[in-house]
Amino acid sequence: MAELTLVEAVNRALAHALEHDPTVLLLGEDIGVNGGVFRATLGLQQRFGSARVLDTPLAEAAIAGVAVGMAAMGLKPVMEIQFSGFIYPALDQLINHASRLRNRTRGRLSCPMVLRAPNGGGIHAPEHHSESPEAMLAHTPGLRVVIPSSPARAYGLLLAAIRDPDPVVFLEPTRLYRLFKQEVIDDGESLPLDTCFVSREGRDVTLIAWGGMLHEALAAAETLASEGVDCEVIDIATLKPLDAETILRSVEKTGRCVIVQEAARTAGFGAEIAAVIVERGLYFLQAPVRRVTGYDVVMPLARLEGQYLPSVARIADAVRKTMEAA
Amino acid sequence: MNWARARANQALFGVCSKKFLRADEKHAAAPYVTLTKLEAGPMTIGVSFQIDFLRFLSASGELDPATPREAIDPELLLGLYRAMTRTRAYDGKAIALQRTGKLGTFASALGQEAIGVGIGAAMRSEDVLAPSYRDHGAQLLRGMTMVENLVYWGGDERGSDYAVPRSDFPICVPVGTQVAHAAGAAYAFKLRNEKRVAVTILGDGGASTGDFYSALNMAAVWRVPLVVVINNNQWAISTPREMESATATLAQKAVAAGVEGRQVDGNDVIAMRHVAHAAIAKARDGGGPTLIEALSYRLGDHTTADDASRYRDVEVVRREAEKEPIARLRKYLAARGLWSEEQERRLAKDCAEEVERAVAAYLATPPQAFSAMFDHLFAQLPESMRDQYEEARRFAPEDGGHG
Ligand SMILES: Cc1ncc(C[n+]2csc(CCOP(=O)(O)OP(=O)(O)O)c2C)c(N)n1
Ligand SMILES: [Mg+2]
Repeated sequence: MAELTLVEAVNRALAHALEHDPTVLLLGEDIGVNGGVFRATLGLQQRFGSARVLDTPLAEAAIAGVAVGMAAMGLKPVMEIQFSGFIYPALDQLINHASRLRNRTRGRLSCPMVLRAPNGGGIHAPEHHSESPEAMLAHTPGLRVVIPSSPARAYGLLLAAIRDPDPVVFLEPTRLYRLFKQEVIDDGESLPLDTCFVSREGRDVTLIAWGGMLHEALAAAETLASEGVDCEVIDIATLKPLDAETILRSVEKTGRCVIVQEAARTAGFGAEIAAVIVERGLYFLQAPVRRVTGYDVVMPLARLEGQYLPSVARIADAVRKTMEAA
Repeated sequence: MNWARARANQALFGVCSKKFLRADEKHAAAPYVTLTKLEAGPMTIGVSFQIDFLRFLSASGELDPATPREAIDPELLLGLYRAMTRTRAYDGKAIALQRTGKLGTFASALGQEAIGVGIGAAMRSEDVLAPSYRDHGAQLLRGMTMVENLVYWGGDERGSDYAVPRSDFPICVPVGTQVAHAAGAAYAFKLRNEKRVAVTILGDGGASTGDFYSALNMAAVWRVPLVVVINNNQWAISTPREMESATATLAQKAVAAGVEGRQVDGNDVIAMRHVAHAAIAKARDGGGPTLIEALSYRLGDHTTADDASRYRDVEVVRREAEKEPIARLRKYLAARGLWSEEQERRLAKDCAEEVERAVAAYLATPPQAFSAMFDHLFAQLPESMRDQYEEARRFAPEDGGHG
């Protein structure tokens, strides 16, 4: 057992997959000798060779496209996109091919690949490095979308993503890469890909978040506890397929819900969660569902980033309003 | 053309047949493409191409006797020298600011000053530049201020609101995408019959992107006034040039787009400016796009977030540093009696003072209000966003605040 950061847990999961499954291979920009710009693949090329840990030329569209070809031919490519904003050139391949190869060929060919990328802001990175594009990916039929919130969940969920027979987008919250360590058992055990986790139990209100925002939600829950508000905090973890049962069970208990999302508000994934609650749990509710989100603005550069990202203060404020509602 | 032409080892002679041929499987590792011999059938040469490599000033500061006179006009050379020195002074200070926590990530142009300066000096103010993140050498000559560049890398969008080159594109981070913007700008100039040229700069890694190739291809079909310069500094972060492309040169990618492609010593500012100037003049006269591959070397880390010692040999970097552009021009200018130690001291002092003034102005820049993220989103903020705007106002720190 070892205390690992999230990025180290990703590294261990990749190493485990490479070691135990000869069809697994990694590809991406600067992932070899350099070990990736965040060091997620540190030491893996030395250990598994440059035929299975490939440094690619700079071309995200082609990286995603060759991954489709590799996956269709029985490999399990795990591609790294260096920063979230550079997923966009890969979208053509993801949306037009990876997500629908199985369906197009009625199951004759499939696409067991993983796209890993850092996600979200909060580290004062340069332009286009702090995006949160999960909603557009979750909107794509045929893709699974996973965002871990801790080292242990990163380890177990990444292994599950690699073992999944279909394409999975695995978004790693940049801000959490080295934020804290946690005990991770490197035993190859995966976590279920279709489950939300209850990260904190409570009676009064359900706080829902994923990735980096889970920690803001937990911090807000601490603040609110001192005011006598008992928050249940749910880590969505797998956005798609969404585990509605865990969410509804919690909302049934608390009757109130606040959804926290780092991405811009409109058509964000929080809207999907709210819709599920309204469709299937409207009569549990004692107050309207609220969202605390990034604003519908371009992700600001570092100086205004802190005013864009949902803060503990904004979350606590929304929870108080939700508690006040009749 | 009576330019001094060196068939350097990078120069390439390639042949391709009209017949469908498969290259040797091992071609990716070899500098030359070898054609598989077919058993039978006549073979005719369809197309052949040649890539020139141009250098006037050697690494040790010796000028090729065939250098055209207009390329070595004293005023021109002194201007180029000053601009490169100014770029380097700024660059060094920006790195120091980052190291002390006063600036965000910064991409140094150390050792590549001749590329930006050569291009900037060859452009007219009415032309348009679509730069990457490493092109402050060109941008400073275009009139972008040091303060603006610091504000940008300091994490503030106002640094892209250039007071002088109003039509220049902002720094482009998504690698390769700027080439298409420049092609589109060039189309606008052509459509309106304006004698303007669009110039764009990208890296050797950028030349691996589809955006680069498809934009060049489109620009060639439309024959628009575009100049594309590849700063081949041999590295794309940790990826060496030979792992980016199996072609012997990057300039030859022009052949596949149907435009002229040439190599130049990107550490020789005389040749660099000359080639850029010729390509820009050609574009202005309706001669269509040119691709220039400028050979240089990235002497610093990729950015301040990178540690190049992880993936490259410091000894190689040290050897490459001997070919850097500023020292070689200084040697030449001194030998011609155009430059003295006293002038050097004065220039260094002037540059340092200018940089210090810029840093002071940058550090004194008041923060943007929360509203800045809404104010420039649309020409007019939709009424439906009013409540988000108010929420942001409610949670904005009293002092306007830093994120
Ligand atoms: C589309 C895209 N992918 C990845 C990145 C991350 N990245 C920034 S610079 C860089 C390497 C670029 O190398 P090159 O084009 O040679 O330019 P240089 O940095 O050497 O000037 C990479 C991979 C990016 N900015 N854009
Ligand atoms: Mg480069």
